[in-house]
Amino acid sequence: MATKDRIAGAALALFALFVLSESRKLPLGTIRHPGPSFMPVLLAALLLVFAVLIAATGGRAERFRSLRWRELPHAAAILGACAFSALALERLGYRITVLVVVFLLVKLVEKKSWLATALVALALSFGSFYLFYTLLRVPLPLGPWGI
Amino acid sequence: MLETLHNLYLGFSVALAPTVFLYAVVGCVIGTLVGVLPGVGPLAGISLLLPASFGMDATSAIVLLAGIYYGAMYGGSTTSILMRIPGEAASVMTCIDGYAMTRNGRAGPALAIAAVGSYIAGTVSVVALMLLAPPLANFALRFGPPEYCALLLLGLLALAYMSGGSILKALAMAALGLLLGMIGIDPMTGFFRFAYGVVELGDGIGVVPVAVGLFGLSEILLTAGEEAPPEIKKPRLADLLPSRQEWRDSAWPIGRGTVLGFLIGIVPGSAHIISSFVSYAVERRISKHPERFGHGAIEGVAGPESANNSATSGAFVPMLALGVPSGPIPAVMLAALMVHGISPGPLLIQQQPELFWGFIASMYVGNVVLLILNLPLVGVFVNILRVPYPFLYPAILIFCVLGVYAVNGSVVDVWIMIAMGALGYILRKLDFETAPIVLGVVLAPMLEMSFRQSLAMSAGNYTIFFSRPIAASMLAAGACLLLLSLLPLLRRGADWRGALGLATSDDKEDIHET
Repeated sequence: MATKDRIAGAALALFALFVLSESRKLPLGTIRHPGPSFMPVLLAALLLVFAVLIAATGGRAERFRSLRWRELPHAAAILGACAFSALALERLGYRITVLVVVFLLVKLVEKKSWLATALVALALSFGSFYLFYTLLRVPLPLGPWGI
Repeated sequence: MLETLHNLYLGFSVALAPTVFLYAVVGCVIGTLVGVLPGVGPLAGISLLLPASFGMDATSAIVLLAGIYYGAMYGGSTTSILMRIPGEAASVMTCIDGYAMTRNGRAGPALAIAAVGSYIAGTVSVVALMLLAPPLANFALRFGPPEYCALLLLGLLALAYMSGGSILKALAMAALGLLLGMIGIDPMTGFFRFAYGVVELGDGIGVVPVAVGLFGLSEILLTAGEEAPPEIKKPRLADLLPSRQEWRDSAWPIGRGTVLGFLIGIVPGSAHIISSFVSYAVERRISKHPERFGHGAIEGVAGPESANNSATSGAFVPMLALGVPSGPIPAVMLAALMVHGISPGPLLIQQQPELFWGFIASMYVGNVVLLILNLPLVGVFVNILRVPYPFLYPAILIFCVLGVYAVNGSVVDVWIMIAMGALGYILRKLDFETAPIVLGVVLAPMLEMSFRQSLAMSAGNYTIFFSRPIAASMLAAGACLLLLSLLPLLRRGADWRGALGLATSDDKEDIHET
């Protein structure tokens, strides 16, 4: 039966195996003189053991199919907005990026009115820029035309 | 003793200087706001203000950041009591009896006891920090790489042991965190490890993007899609005074919470979170009327609230005296000090007395400020939660991105935060604790360095860890913890945490969902 613990254990075991495979590209050293991949190999081996134990003892855990994913569409949209901010931050500058991200989330995801969206986007974008860049002197990226 | 008083006088002369005092007040106000807002824990708040602190002197910077930390502990209790929303994780236990008291019409006394308990615990624990840190720092001068290696291992095992859920899951998360901490240049050989050509990963993964992603962003992802804010019950100022019986019932829980919180705070881990769970469990365990818990027992508010405040001071002990962060928040503060060219450790108190004692004195001042802020202004802070969540979370998200980007001015950190947010979301859906990952990332470079230095010292002989008394004692304590925690697994019986009534992660989920 696919329970939450078994799925998690299997995923962690796969990750541990991936790390073990990648560690082969680096010198392992010896037990007495460990090399750069000694610690990663040791930790990946430990993770593998814990993952197998989690999967083995996870038979009585909650079934994976019983998990509810109601918030997933929202979560995916938020992650998408974050990815956009990472791509745009140094290209479009802080203020334009925040304007677009807030527009995406408030208007398209939350479906709020145009006026509310515009007010929140402008306030957050220019307000936070003024607070952090101008007052607190936190370096933030500027976009085209110095915006 | 006379020397301590003299040093404290020096500290107060620093802390009451107008600039430092202003930063203490600003830190407390921001901390309270951070504590009130769900999704923005003290870590995200501190990360956000970290770049702003680079332009200040070291004392002002640490005072500001510490103010946010303990301010968040005060602020978190307000929404827990009034709305059953834990503003930050350490306030989860306060939700249970605090909100029940609100429903019974006793919100005012619950808020007052939480604030007074926090104040007493905060002040007493600062005294303990003041008395304990200097001798501990002297003791730590005897530490070499084997002792540090043993201490770090003990910390990770203690965190796994104290975690609310399964020990296996906690150990797996600690191993995962340590593995993530291996990314970057190997300091002893110069090899690039798991960087895949990304130059920014040479210095390793930063604690700020990992922590903000795992705590801040994952919280936003989990609560996304929620609609209207819950009803807010605002007590009047006149209703705040607890009855004589309530004062009497709270006195011992505050005392016990203070001691317990401080001791747990010293041990590496998410001290302020764990301490409130343990305190609640202890209060229920020793109560003559445990059936009152969950229905508005004031002890269930007084104990955990005192414990989580006391733990914040406790967490500064290893950071200031040993230079070893006991969790992600002290780790970020450690980073702030290092930016100013100060490396905390056994010599800090001798070399930077103004900074150390100014910091201690600012904590006394901060506790008074917070007591004044939190009782009369409770209604003002709570009003923030009237902002509908669809407008609130984009703002929190923007602050997370801003805070993470501003630390190094690197977009790679924003990508790391996004990846950690997604990972944290999935792990929390699968009932995994994410705190051990953050601690693993923080401790990994120190652990590896001390391990390999120890072997270099002994020409590869592992007995160096067992032949030195301090290292051997710490390793023995770690082995005991491991055995104790694995025992219930082997017996397939209920573990001591169940017997104590400590909530598991499932219980926490219930509270979040309500």
